[in-house]
Amino acid sequence: MTPFTTVTGPGAALPRDNVDTDQLIPARFMKRSRTEGYGDQLLHDLRFDPEGRPRPDFPLNRLPAPPALLVAGANFGCGSSREAAVYALWDHGIRTVVASGFADIFRNNAARNGLLTVALPEAERATLCAWLEAHPGAETHVDLEAQRIEAERLAPIAFDIDPQVKRRLLLGLDELSETLEEEESIARFEAAYLAATPWALPRTTAR
Amino acid sequence: MTHAPRTLVQKIWDAHRIVTRNGADLLFVDRHLLHEGSHHAFDKIAAAGRPVRHPELTFGVADHYAPSAPERATEATVTMIERLSRNTARHAIESFDIGDTRRGIVHVAMPEQGLTLPGTIIVCGDSHTATHGAFGAFAFGIGASEVAHVLATQGLWQKQPPMMRITVEGALPAGTTAKDLALHIIGTIGTGGATGHAVEYAGAAIRALSMEARMTLCNMTIEMGARSGIVPPDEVTFAWLDGRPMAPAGAERARALEAWAALRSDPGATYAREVGIDAAHVAPMVTWGTSPEHVAPVTGRVPDTQPEALDYMGLTAGAPVDGIEIQRAFIGSCTNGRYSDLLAAAAVLKGRQVAVPLLVSPGSEAVARRAEETGLAGIFRAAGAEWGASGCSLCVSMNGDRVAPGERCASTSNRNFRGRQGPGARTHLMSPAMVAAAAVTGRVTDVRALPRADLSALEETAA
Ligand code: SF4
Repeated sequence: MTPFTTVTGPGAALPRDNVDTDQLIPARFMKRSRTEGYGDQLLHDLRFDPEGRPRPDFPLNRLPAPPALLVAGANFGCGSSREAAVYALWDHGIRTVVASGFADIFRNNAARNGLLTVALPEAERATLCAWLEAHPGAETHVDLEAQRIEAERLAPIAFDIDPQVKRRLLLGLDELSETLEEEESIARFEAAYLAATPWALPRTTAR
Repeated sequence: MTHAPRTLVQKIWDAHRIVTRNGADLLFVDRHLLHEGSHHAFDKIAAAGRPVRHPELTFGVADHYAPSAPERATEATVTMIERLSRNTARHAIESFDIGDTRRGIVHVAMPEQGLTLPGTIIVCGDSHTATHGAFGAFAFGIGASEVAHVLATQGLWQKQPPMMRITVEGALPAGTTAKDLALHIIGTIGTGGATGHAVEYAGAAIRALSMEARMTLCNMTIEMGARSGIVPPDEVTFAWLDGRPMAPAGAERARALEAWAALRSDPGATYAREVGIDAAHVAPMVTWGTSPEHVAPVTGRVPDTQPEALDYMGLTAGAPVDGIEIQRAFIGSCTNGRYSDLLAAAAVLKGRQVAVPLLVSPGSEAVARRAEETGLAGIFRAAGAEWGASGCSLCVSMNGDRVAPGERCASTSNRNFRGRQGPGARTHLMSPAMVAAAAVTGRVTDVRALPRADLSALEETAA
């Protein structure tokens, strides 16, 4: 996983609530493999009309360059568990999403792929969102260690983050290799658990 | 050992905790369910060079890309289904592929096989995994990275979610169902109303629900933003599980029953959030917008609060919900594709003809077989409905089924997001009987106003 320390780049506003995973990446694109990339399909049906032409009034189509930071409204990433929603944001160049709240599974998926999610109190989120609406593509700077977002001519915004998620993002840690160090505990637990609850095994394959 | 009073979820959690590190618990997973969307996860473990730790606790099923009719198969559906068979076969994972009599939508087929058990932890790379909580399991959806992690370790790092209890007292009025109850709750607390919480259902109205209805309710819990929904297991649960092919039998069932009897929250257990609902206030519900919280009773009106959603839906604020014209109807999905759902719809359809195309996709091959045996399928065909093959079908437009741009579809599925049923498609969520009513009249119709056939003779006898 790519470590996240500081990211500087254009910011964009998507001032709407409930940006769901079907909007972030429509289901029909999900058969792609990761290496094919999902960046062009991000928010596809909002960005493009049925003929595939960019909709001129859509915020992300009015940027000089793809954003590194996106500010949306409430309940971002609700809907399905598709991790492709995170891949689409990431492949499009987005490293930080700011919202007033995130759907649970989306947030987990983001943390496991190096994408920073920042939940801000409504007043601060609205200020940042309004600034980027008025100045599409304005430069933003995110410092994870300091837990701070800066945008030109705005007061720096401090944010909270789960210390575990922060640690993993900063170091770019892969969870699986950490778990494999727990091999002994896992084996010990399994032996005791399966002995105590034999009924929990599927019957036809019970050992 | 004495504990502070714990909730049901906390008890299941404690019984599955392998270790705690840095404030997170590594939980042991009893059942890992896979569908075609698992290809990213298989790629990840291949890249990490890891085997599957417990293939015997892992089960696959082809559902999301299963075409509802052979002519709707596409290159994508064929590729995705083949990929699942190949990946599961390579790791010796049992998978219910096309042609397997056990196949169906993952959240319908796995319970039918007796794979969903009280007190277990069940995960699947699908948000509606919450469905399995109907049995008193702690069940939740995970993303591809987590699927890979469970494949490789059978464990998952989790922070305990805040607990929430939704108590539904009273009785559901005639003509309303668990679907209406779920939509009523979502309309009350919003799609963010339970964000990140483990929801436990309680109250007389919940205890009175059948297993199928509990599954519908737990299924829709994800649309409140919750991580999981759970109903404490009881006699209804235990009876339903009796005789299921992979559920414990004989001496093992006796031991299981003993363990399951303890699966309830302690008096005094605390919840971060409590919500009380009076079932008597539930009416047949219909969504009018692009989020499940955009919902109103069929007797209500379209509000003026969401201009963008109304623009997408082509509706005018103030219009009565009853009477909205539809062009298509769909009965199926993991929310409402079970036998009892089809029965409720058939009671409306019997002796009538559909006014718009109605596609029925039974939740599983077993549901389809049973409906053929009892004559239920015949009622749908006689009414002019299309009786399709089992799968996710029109719940999600990735398997060859789709609603045309601008078309309005009355649907028993769970999400009315923009484009969910196809680019530009407009979805109105409702119960199976309400969809049947809309299909025969061509517009949203209060099912309580329609005389319905008595199909109690076709009711499913206990398994
Ligand atoms: S029926 Fe719909 S919600 Fe259920 S698993 Fe399939 S796609 Fe997901």
